[in-house]
Amino acid sequence: MSEVIYRKVIEAGDHWVHLIRQGQRFRIVDLEGNQAADTLFYDAHDPSERYAADVTIRTQGALYLTTGSVLMSTEGNALLTIIDDTCGRHDTLGGACSRESNTMRYDFDREPMHACRDSFLCGVHGWGHGLGKRDITCNINFFMNVPVTPEGGLTFADGLSAPGRHVEMRAERDVIALISNCPQLNNPCNAYNPTPVEVLIWD
Amino acid sequence: MKPLYERNLVAGGMWSQTVSRGKTLRLTDLEGGANLCALFYNAAEPVERYNMPDTLKGQHTFQLTAGHCLHSDMGRLFASIVRDTAGWHDTVCGCTDARLVREKYGKLTYQEARNDFHRNARDNFLIELGKHGLGKRDLVPNLNFFSKVVSDEAGKLTYITDSSPAGAEIDLRMEMDSLVVLTSCQHPLDPNPVYAPKPIKITVFPTDPIDPVTDLCLNSRSENRRAWQNTRDYYSLRA
Repeated sequence: MSEVIYRKVIEAGDHWVHLIRQGQRFRIVDLEGNQAADTLFYDAHDPSERYAADVTIRTQGALYLTTGSVLMSTEGNALLTIIDDTCGRHDTLGGACSRESNTMRYDFDREPMHACRDSFLCGVHGWGHGLGKRDITCNINFFMNVPVTPEGGLTFADGLSAPGRHVEMRAERDVIALISNCPQLNNPCNAYNPTPVEVLIWD
Repeated sequence: MKPLYERNLVAGGMWSQTVSRGKTLRLTDLEGGANLCALFYNAAEPVERYNMPDTLKGQHTFQLTAGHCLHSDMGRLFASIVRDTAGWHDTVCGCTDARLVREKYGKLTYQEARNDFHRNARDNFLIELGKHGLGKRDLVPNLNFFSKVVSDEAGKLTYITDSSPAGAEIDLRMEMDSLVVLTSCQHPLDPNPVYAPKPIKITVFPTDPIDPVTDLCLNSRSENRRAWQNTRDYYSLRA
């Protein structure tokens, strides 16, 4: 068993940007259960190639992410593969919250509340390379359950996750991971209580 | 009502124009079984763009039809679907790229086939975006008008062949001055092994005055009304 070379707890409402090298294993742990880890991936050497929810969905012909799902890039390349999943299902349709979308979804007075797409902006600005809003695309919501019905309905259901459950990926190339640990206080899927997640990397 | 604009988009073709609010964009599946890939950008600030997740979660739907709206990533609306005779439009499966088309339909180059060569939606999108100073970073998950894809309880997807009948129409009432980018390429999950994109008719009409009290789209969900109000507020400041 190789050694953990990196571990960090990301508090609710914080963002985190980190390089994961090809072949390394990357785990996210839902420490207290039913937290949403809003996650984007970029090719570390060319961030214009990035995670693509639509390419991932059409490649696997299925909506939910779990063990065996290959997280695909906009260019049709594998970025990471999910190799272990004690949660069972992760979402890539629901996107990230934003202050603007909070006014649409909940009410105009929710606009001041902290939101994932602000964290994503801080993350790409901090990473540099001239990245900005154009580089923020449809993300993965690890530990979120967004079931679709055969009739075409979409709901935010109670999470399948629980304290200590994790998802683990193998990087298929050098990638930059960007996580916004979701601060949403208007959504019952996290019991209105955002909590920390932990990230670990193995060589 | 006399159209302001009529144009046929050839099978496998591409189109990008600014269509302003106060106009209605009608898209017609001329032969049936078409797929039309579409993206929307704020014509004045194209960093604001169509957002698949906000469109779906804002309306608690996986599919789009009359009564739904197309949401931007800034809490505003690009368009309202005020009429739809196709019944189901997909927005989660993305579009074809060069590799998918080559592997599914075989390679057919311009040198071999002249203008019948095999095109793909991603490259078509990038060509049209390039003409407006946009590129790869601006490409996001698109709409697939006229295509029906259903999910089972486990999330496995099935493409419904020929879901849209010949002559099916969708009317998009523009709520924002939008750069509309279209390409008539096959749906990526279309099981047809033959390269067979279909033509689309594009028609633009002036929009009739909106009655917010009775309007189908503004009253289908409170989320749509708030996004519509955000769009009005945006233009009240710009005007």
